[in-house]
Amino acid sequence: MNRFDYARATDAGDAVSLASTPGTRFLAGGTNLVDLLKENVERPGKVIDIRRLPLDAIADIDGGGLRLGALATNADTAWHPEVEARYPLLSSAILAGASPQLRNAATNGGNLNQRTRCYYFYDTAAACNKRQPGAGCAAIGGQTRIHAILGSSESCIATHPSDMCVALAALDAQVRVQGPSGERTIAFADYHRLPGDDPSRDNHLADGELVLSIDLPAEDFSTHYSYLKLRDRLSYAFALVSVAAALRLDADGRIESGRVALGGVAHKPWRLPEAETLMEGREPSQELFLDVAQRLLLGAQGRGGNDFKIELARRAIVRALRQAAAGTPQSQTDKRVA
Amino acid sequence: MDTRVQTPPTAAAASHADGTFPITLQLNGTSHEANVTPWVTLLDLLREEAHLTGTKKGCDHGQCGACTVLLDGKRVNSCLQLAVAVDGCSVQTIEGLAGDDGQTLDPLQQAFMDHDAFQCGYCTPGQICSARGLIAEGRAHTRDEVRELMSGNICRCGAYTNITDAVMSVLEKEGAAR
Repeated sequence: MNRFDYARATDAGDAVSLASTPGTRFLAGGTNLVDLLKENVERPGKVIDIRRLPLDAIADIDGGGLRLGALATNADTAWHPEVEARYPLLSSAILAGASPQLRNAATNGGNLNQRTRCYYFYDTAAACNKRQPGAGCAAIGGQTRIHAILGSSESCIATHPSDMCVALAALDAQVRVQGPSGERTIAFADYHRLPGDDPSRDNHLADGELVLSIDLPAEDFSTHYSYLKLRDRLSYAFALVSVAAALRLDADGRIESGRVALGGVAHKPWRLPEAETLMEGREPSQELFLDVAQRLLLGAQGRGGNDFKIELARRAIVRALRQAAAGTPQSQTDKRVA
Repeated sequence: MDTRVQTPPTAAAASHADGTFPITLQLNGTSHEANVTPWVTLLDLLREEAHLTGTKKGCDHGQCGACTVLLDGKRVNSCLQLAVAVDGCSVQTIEGLAGDDGQTLDPLQQAFMDHDAFQCGYCTPGQICSARGLIAEGRAHTRDEVRELMSGNICRCGAYTNITDAVMSVLEKEGAAR
């Protein structure tokens, strides 16, 4: 770990002001940043401790939505009665991720801003454009089991590791941030970015911007949803492929609207509106869900070690949509996939 | 309730001339003061400065759970907490679970012995602190739930079956098992 200065922010404005110096990092739960400090992947000049800021509330917002404070822990969010009752897709996704200890420390804002778990990003002896722009990408041609099959570039094939963010993408959450020029709100689809030729940036936050809250819209998909996560062991592992499926059915059982977001396959949670509109007005069926899966995975490209993820994703999408349509969401305790 | 805010935000943000920061922890019920550099983890503070070596350094990356302690009553990986950032918090380690006489074991400690819930014992303090946190959370009632919600603690000897037995036995005694 490098030597760094430490400061404790007194309020959000103070945090943003302290962050105006290049090479600063915000510290909240620490579960990702402290690990990256130990690995010398992150070497900030200054760490700004924001954990005492009053941003941990979970409260109703106008229009029927729910505001999740950036500093509410993942555990407090997943087990919050309003989240459990109204946004079980989010609760389920959070509980599919990490471990109880990590969820007790990790915050919602930190979950959004966590870095990739690409082995080569972590290995400071390996070439990585995300860690050191222009250095190259050792993952391409390397071990690619956990790497992207969609939206990657020749600069970077890393994936975003979050489960929570996959559900937030499906729910059309919004991210409220504060920066040097004030507050703004970012639609979830526009928060994270694809690597392109600048993988050093994971998201569209400007320098010094601080996440204040994640706002959930009123439409909660609390009846027909499922979060299906497939990984190398049953618990406490990152997704090879995960699917957040959410459907709204009419009185006749036809799909009024549907959402599908994928995790473990791209540099950001993957959604494709054209695939989702295929479901509108249709009855749930295996054929329909296969069509949706094929559309979502159009252009998917393996890199050898992750070729299997294309077929795995196809089947997982169909399965998660079927679970959502039937109102039988995947249990995060009993891992058998029905 | 936000139990993290126990000191005024700026109270300890000023460093000494040598670059260390004064912090105070409620460590196993006793006030513990220390001066720390910002890059010292809670785990290293516990082991190297407070000489409480019951908390183990397994992976040091939040992947094994051997360093689990109760921070303001909640189980966390102490290897991923900077000591300076938990200033003002209460910390309970395996040494703080037994009675003050040092003889009366926590029911979980007794259950781990009764059920032979370890072989080498290296993961055991973390397992027991984690189980204490799990019981306080009140979310685990069945064997499957215990297994899932104890998944943050790796046991390389593979004593999982007996660990689950031990935790279930305490849940049953406390009326929380189904």
